Amino acid sequence: MKKLATMIGLCTLILFSGCSNSKKENVSLNGSTSMEKLVGTLSEVYQKENPETDITYDPTGSGAGIQAVQEDRCDIGLSSRYLKEEEKEAGLKETIVALDGIAVIVNPENPISDLSLEQVADIFTGKITNWKELGGNDQEIVLIGREAGSGTRDGFETITKTEENCQYRQELTSTGDVITTVSSNPSAIGYASLEALGDSVKALSINGVPCDVQSIQDQKYALVRPFIYVTKKELEGASKQFYDFSTSQKAVPYIEQVGLVVYENH
Amino acid sequence: MKTIKNKTIEQIASWIFFAIGMITILCVLVITLYLISSGLPAIQKIGLKEFLFSSTWNSTGSDPKFGILPFILTSLYGTLGALLLAVPVGIGCAIYLSKFAPPALKRCLLMGIQVLAGIPSVVFGLVGMVVLVPWIRSMFHLSDGACLLSAMIVLAIMILPSVVNVSLNALDAVPSEYEEASIALGATKLETVRKVSFPAARSGILASIILGTGRAIGEAMAVIMVSGNVANMPNMFQSVRFLTTAISSEMSYASGLQKEALFSIALVLFVFILLTNTILSKLMKEVQSNDSH
Repeated sequence: MKKLATMIGLCTLILFSGCSNSKKENVSLNGSTSMEKLVGTLSEVYQKENPETDITYDPTGSGAGIQAVQEDRCDIGLSSRYLKEEEKEAGLKETIVALDGIAVIVNPENPISDLSLEQVADIFTGKITNWKELGGNDQEIVLIGREAGSGTRDGFETITKTEENCQYRQELTSTGDVITTVSSNPSAIGYASLEALGDSVKALSINGVPCDVQSIQDQKYALVRPFIYVTKKELEGASKQFYDFSTSQKAVPYIEQVGLVVYENH
Repeated sequence: MKTIKNKTIEQIASWIFFAIGMITILCVLVITLYLISSGLPAIQKIGLKEFLFSSTWNSTGSDPKFGILPFILTSLYGTLGALLLAVPVGIGCAIYLSKFAPPALKRCLLMGIQVLAGIPSVVFGLVGMVVLVPWIRSMFHLSDGACLLSAMIVLAIMILPSVVNVSLNALDAVPSEYEEASIALGATKLETVRKVSFPAARSGILASIILGTGRAIGEAMAVIMVSGNVANMPNMFQSVRFLTTAISSEMSYASGLQKEALFSIALVLFVFILLTNTILSKLMKEVQSNDSH
């Protein structure tokens, strides 16, 4: 009998603590892996000011994130590409939070430092196969890309209009792998987020415009993709507040801090 | 009274162990059933022949293609290549350690092999990516070194410790009387190893190969970093994709039929591993029954 009483007592305790926990508001984010740094920083700052809010982030990829909002499995979907027409027709809404420049990177030993967007497209579709044709060394060009479904790949191929035609030599599964591979092969070319670049690779200028924060902000640099919040229903409560915070003037220093460029709607 | 109590305790204990034993079986059952139920729909939609024998994989294209022949062949060749590289070296190493090496050196080498066995696969991949791949590139004058050969070499190094360890145990277990008798009959040490120790230990050596095969087929992490990961038909110096890496590289983004097809690949991989294991253990049984005659 005593045992039973203790059990009941324990159960009530657990139930009770569950109740007090449920006061915590929850914001669930789901989507683009490329936006990890951005939403990580934003939610950290937001949670410092609003400790009663819990923000969770599932890095599943843009497509999966959009699908998750559609199916009401998260509050805000994260996408590093614009919504397609049919997705908008399905009732989804997009809000640009920041802009990300996709850098075209080569090995630092490569003498070439500028290409036109057409040349980049020709290289990745296999029309130009040797650096010699572009005034570089006599070396076969090695194309390093990302795996199918990657937001960076999608962004790059959409802007260069090379969808489904890229003749990759390697398809790697992370930005870090792409940078490591390009830095260890003098004839390689690849693409990666501007914020991830270090000194081990050289970012090319496109159409004479260097890949840096200034030129992306001025919308002069060609290879730019948006980082987007995807929503379905009207947001309310904590998720509404987090959404407002992310698009407010207050978020600007943090967006810049992670190497992204602030969009004019802030 | 006491014996009855003991009996009940024994009964209870046996139930508990039965339940624990059942957990393993249950895991296998759940995984098998899940793989079959989630892997079959895509095969039905795509068609078994198209899925297994067509050579184009383009899962995200506007006209998606789901042919996994390149993955199957790559996994097959990659595993065979790794075995070809690792088995002679591994068995040679085991013979040296068991029959020729001085005890102090043997301890030293064994420690090295144990360390090699403990290295996580991602480290093999990383070292392969920064050291092996550029080396292959300059060695064979390729434009890029990420290829089937690199993957074979990395896999070979990864399975080497299993091959050495298990073969070594088998060779150490050969009764010394056999070898002493052979030497007493005038055979040299080398002849003794070749004609007495090796045949006596061969079922254990075969077991080491089975273990190595299993590890090589199932490896994904190290392979994805050195093989280039493009769905080409297998070629020694071309970028290739394995069954395992086909699943892991697309899983995080996949949806719809693409995701179902990835589960089908998992099912194929599962069947593939079951088949090789069955064939190899059949072979081993045959060897063992020959031994006992």
